[in-house]
Amino acid sequence: MDPSFLLVQSLSGLASASSLFVIASGLTLVFGVTRIVNFAHGSFYMLGAYVAVTVVPWLLEIDRSPWLFFAGVLISAAVVGLLGVAMELLLLRRIYKVPELFQLLATFGVVLMVQDAVLKIWGPVDIPGPRAPGLRHGVEIFGQRFPAYELFLIVVGPAVLGLLWLLMHRTRFGVLIRAATRDREMVGALGVNQALLFTGTLFLGAFLAGLGGALQIPRVSASAQMDLSIITEVFVVTVIGGMGSVTGAFLAAVLIGQLQAFGVLVFPKITLVLVFLLMAVVLVIKPWGLLGRPEPAAGRAALPEGILSPRGFGGAERALLGVAVASLLALPLFGDAYAVKVATEVLVFALAAFSLNFLVGNGGIVSFGHAAYFGLGAYAAGLLVTKGGLPMEPALLAAPLAGGLFAALFGFFVVRLSGIYLAMLTLAFAQIAYAVCFQWVEFTGGDNGVVGVWPSAWASSRHVYFYLVAACALGAILALRHVIYAPFGATLRAARDSEPRADAIGIDVRTHRWLAFTLAGVAAGLAGGLYAFSKGSIDPTMLGIPMSVDFLAMILLGGIQTVMGAVVGAAAFHAIKDVFMPLTDYWRFLLGASIIALVLIFPRGLGGAWGALRART
Amino acid sequence: MTLLAAEALNKRFGGVVAARDVAFALSAGEMLAIIGPNGAGKSTTFNMVGGQLRPDSGRVLLGGEDITGLPPREVCRMGVGRTFQVAQTFLSMSVIENVQMALIAHAGRTRDMLAPTSRLFRQDALALLARVGMEAAADRPIGELAYGDVKTVELAIALAAAPRLLLMDEPTAGMAPRERARLMQLTAGIAREEGIGVLFTEHDMDAVFAHADRILVLVRGEIIAAGTPEQVRDDPEVQRVYLGTTGVRAALRARRAHG
Repeated sequence: MDPSFLLVQSLSGLASASSLFVIASGLTLVFGVTRIVNFAHGSFYMLGAYVAVTVVPWLLEIDRSPWLFFAGVLISAAVVGLLGVAMELLLLRRIYKVPELFQLLATFGVVLMVQDAVLKIWGPVDIPGPRAPGLRHGVEIFGQRFPAYELFLIVVGPAVLGLLWLLMHRTRFGVLIRAATRDREMVGALGVNQALLFTGTLFLGAFLAGLGGALQIPRVSASAQMDLSIITEVFVVTVIGGMGSVTGAFLAAVLIGQLQAFGVLVFPKITLVLVFLLMAVVLVIKPWGLLGRPEPAAGRAALPEGILSPRGFGGAERALLGVAVASLLALPLFGDAYAVKVATEVLVFALAAFSLNFLVGNGGIVSFGHAAYFGLGAYAAGLLVTKGGLPMEPALLAAPLAGGLFAALFGFFVVRLSGIYLAMLTLAFAQIAYAVCFQWVEFTGGDNGVVGVWPSAWASSRHVYFYLVAACALGAILALRHVIYAPFGATLRAARDSEPRADAIGIDVRTHRWLAFTLAGVAAGLAGGLYAFSKGSIDPTMLGIPMSVDFLAMILLGGIQTVMGAVVGAAAFHAIKDVFMPLTDYWRFLLGASIIALVLIFPRGLGGAWGALRART
Repeated sequence: MTLLAAEALNKRFGGVVAARDVAFALSAGEMLAIIGPNGAGKSTTFNMVGGQLRPDSGRVLLGGEDITGLPPREVCRMGVGRTFQVAQTFLSMSVIENVQMALIAHAGRTRDMLAPTSRLFRQDALALLARVGMEAAADRPIGELAYGDVKTVELAIALAAAPRLLLMDEPTAGMAPRERARLMQLTAGIAREEGIGVLFTEHDMDAVFAHADRILVLVRGEIIAAGTPEQVRDDPEVQRVYLGTTGVRAALRARRAHG
């Protein structure tokens, strides 16, 4: 291959690495100090771009000078920085002490709210930005033309790294950031004003995200999908580099930039997969990333957030369950077709949510990508029926197999990690699955998916299919529930409570977690298969991040510390969504605000409320 | 007969030598204490025996079998129970469920997805709790217990695997003086009765000199003295670097009290 072509390819890899680093450095700094993985970092990036496409053209009206362009970029970044301050004051400050899962969900609530706010303010149409005056030309490099603006971007990354180094080593604020990243409690014990430190860090982090977004406007239009697409890449960069390490983020960004630049030549379709594979490999060899440090062990043992001793059903619960199941099964007799459809979906989601809480509540394994197994089950069933020409019955058997198979494959890597790294890796695997379904158009139908996934003739009536779903879903839920009460379920809780103790009594923690992950994948895959036939189609939203978050919201609403809460949560969540979504254009805003409200004022969910009621009587 | 033998164990953390050529042997039914100032390498030595740390060089033999570098779960299956410096229990469970869990693991039934957990090994667990005098608390959540009682339950958990060797890292740390004496007496009684070897580290000189058959003194990763409590107490080097005069007095007192 032509060496000058390779050079140019490598340069464009460096340019995207540079942009990625600027954004990732903000995320990793915020994580280092606050220990919160801020999903809304992608929203800050998007807001940076939107503010810039508004402010910069306005400034360029005054004078088309490069200085005004960059002043506009910096102003946009500062505006976003202030939004970061607002987020710290209004939300983060209240959730520093809550479990990681709740923190992640709360910041994802902000993502949802910002998405709708951006649509409201800037509208649904992508907005192209102006090009940078003075950097619009191309530069000749060994006979190849290379955009000058990209060359400029290559310089920005190292410049930001240098400035951050100066900040961290030459200013009191920077020294405090480094100290807090090492040992937050010690910094607090030394009498440092933590509130100010945290607010300042959020400003810096959001500023960097905004800067990253504003610098993109000559290259890409501002669009409402920027947030989620960048956040997964940024997660990958910070996880590979080591959470909290700015230099690590730089190394990882360069690595990924080059991998993408050259990967696109070899495997044009699966660059995303390459990136996630790199992450999986790095995490298996260095579980805390290239330059990260292990989390300091908690000094004092705390009661785990999740299912405590699971109690059997009492008299009240038995009666309640009987009534619920009976009225559910009687529904097709007096409900209309729409009610039957909703009830079918509730059953499907109840199974998916239950299988997720089997991991989260019972095993302490916080999966942020559970929709992957749900969606892969749906795709397996849907593709077998439409492309394979098989009838529904074998396809419905294949769905849990596919879910379990992929859960076993991904889980092999996932269970090597714990806490926030584990959550990030599950998310990354879900994004791989999503990307494959999205990009492999010939096989999966890409964005549109595949239609014509209908049940066999005997089950084609809504009513019969409802009873089929009810039998499968309720059966699977009861089976999983039984496992929670069996030694396997208890072993998972034991490993969650104290890994050293579990290890010391002879339990192979990793293998048990892997089995649990696989089992949950089987159940989610079955739910996905049932869902595909109820909708008659499959599409990539079934394994996207929003779907995973829906499942998490369900178990949060139901209460992750109760066994049956997930079922109640799924029913309540789906009912609420069904009633309110048609009524408002701002469903996501509402959902985001509700998730935040749940985390802040109602963290034990409906199941927790029931438990408290029962404990009182 | 030698139950546990450590041969020339070495471990460094960066530039710090945490263990240098540490070697000792322990017989069945014997109580061997490792003492030394903070940072002497006690916990490091301990974790190399228990499988939490892999030594840079040297061997650990249990009943003649090489267990060097095996992970803790394998070490447990070879017949080693352990308690931790900061008690490690399953906080979401009751006292008896903690012990039942250990029995389930010992029986290799952790993958059982059918049996109801609450009824498995309940009688055996009660018997173990009775051995350590905690049967009255069987159904209380373990998080509600006083710390000394949690450490006692931890002993029952460690005994569930019918161990040949008990590893106890500062068994009485964080306990009231009266509770300490009780726990050490209990441990010593069980060890002698059943011929279990006990390796423990301890800062409490009363506990060490009252119950240890032999003592190792570790300073900066090296064994500077080893022998019976009398020999160690009278060793001028040990007195100089570790015990001091008050320590010697405590040792005398403890020896006299427990005769």
